[in-house]
Amino acid sequence: MELLSYLINGISLGSVYAIIALGYTMVYGIAKMLNFAHGDVIMVGSYIVFIAVNQVGLPPVVAILLSMALCTVLGLAIERFAYKPLRGASSLAVLITAIGVSYLLQNLALLIWGSDPKNFTSVVDIPALDLHLAGGKIVVSSETVVTIVTAAIIMVALSFFVNHTKLGHAMLAVSEDKGAAQLMGVNVNSTIALTFAIGSALAAVAGVLLCSAYPSLTPTTGAMPGIKAFTAAVFGGIGSIPGAMLGGVLLGIIEIMSKAYVSTQLADAIVFAVLIVVLLVRPTGLLGKPMNEKV
Amino acid sequence: MGEMLRVQDINVFYGSIHAIKDISFHVDEGEIVTLIGANGAGKTTTMHAISGLLKLKGGEIDFMGQKISQMEAHKIIRLGLAQVPEGRRVFSHLSVQENLEMGAFTRKDSKDAIADDLEMVFERLPRLKERRKQQAGTLSGGEQQMLAIGRALMCKPKMLLLDEPSMGLSPLLVKEIFHIIRDVNRDGVTVLLVEQNAKMALEIADRAYVLETGTIKMEGPADELANNIEVRKAYLGC
Repeated sequence: MELLSYLINGISLGSVYAIIALGYTMVYGIAKMLNFAHGDVIMVGSYIVFIAVNQVGLPPVVAILLSMALCTVLGLAIERFAYKPLRGASSLAVLITAIGVSYLLQNLALLIWGSDPKNFTSVVDIPALDLHLAGGKIVVSSETVVTIVTAAIIMVALSFFVNHTKLGHAMLAVSEDKGAAQLMGVNVNSTIALTFAIGSALAAVAGVLLCSAYPSLTPTTGAMPGIKAFTAAVFGGIGSIPGAMLGGVLLGIIEIMSKAYVSTQLADAIVFAVLIVVLLVRPTGLLGKPMNEKV
Repeated sequence: MGEMLRVQDINVFYGSIHAIKDISFHVDEGEIVTLIGANGAGKTTTMHAISGLLKLKGGEIDFMGQKISQMEAHKIIRLGLAQVPEGRRVFSHLSVQENLEMGAFTRKDSKDAIADDLEMVFERLPRLKERRKQQAGTLSGGEQQMLAIGRALMCKPKMLLLDEPSMGLSPLLVKEIFHIIRDVNRDGVTVLLVEQNAKMALEIADRAYVLETGTIKMEGPADELANNIEVRKAYLGC
């Protein structure tokens, strides 16, 4: 029973990582860059929900939609003003810029909202779930249920969008060969912008889910989940959407299991150690595309 | 027959390398024109300059009376100028059918109209039909070349730019590909063909230009050039 309960918690945390990892992996796939500011968009999204609910008094659903919209704008602005001018520049320059944007967002948040943790009230307002299984009983918090369901919906919707729509195919085409995609008439710049928009909207959702489960909100709230989600994306095979989903969920399970059965302090170390082992055995990640394609 | 494509004194640089020096040529409606030349002569560079993937340092390119040399690549295809790039560059993780549908990306026609054209491409290239659900990366080189041509045809081009369609293919397949090119041309699509395989290219072309280290060395009707001693020595091996 205990194990099952940990497993459910792991899947829940992993679902949040997976949603964030989707943003990392899609942007990497399309723009071939690591957007290290992605984690901080989560934090901004959470603050927006916090303010909208606690200070303005909007209903949570409206607050979340508002947060998604504003994070989309933020993501587009970051892409337009920080990354687009560097298209064609060395990847190191882009990476450093991304880290710079990350610090900029954290410090702007510090300036605007201060360093004291905000007590994020959960946006989920349904009772916890009692599961009776084989004579035992486990309690699953409503946040956990909502997180897993939301993640599942996002994954199904995103897979459908990417694999079965014209724009989704355009994204796949750009991620494989920008030049050839342009020759088909695909506007590469707007495809990259679209990817940032989707990733940032998802980051807002991830932020709300994360802060509902772990209610302390500070300007660095997004940093660690951001790094973990990046790890999850690499774990699953960066650039691969199913990989990000799988990597995220596995990472969440490993983290919770480590905390439960090994040591709370060592949990993060174990997570990253597993990543190192996976990359030693499969350098392209679990679902990463092998390099040896027929030319 | 009017002039379809006019390339006027274009210059292209790769960094400090002057890859294309004052090249001018034109393609009339309905023609097959070929640019032949050795590796590094500037053939692909010229193609990329026309399709907008490379920016010019001077000169002008007009397509059907409209200046395209400052236009972005994704807009040029909307005018009906499609390119089959060197090395096919099919989208290997998409299926054959999805690749062809990507070719129709810019079209605003109904799904039915596009499905009809898909069937027409399959009729022309029956091998693709058998493999329509297969990932493009698993196709053989010849099939990928057919797919790249089919994909370009899906945008209903007025003119097709073909960059080394024979590259890496067996003689039998090269014949098949050139047969397809001729058929496409007979159906009214103007063709600009870049080739290292000068023999085959001169066989199907109306006119030809010989490119050498970034400049045009010779030009004329294809059959005349095929009999020219210099061309025979340098490009036909006889």
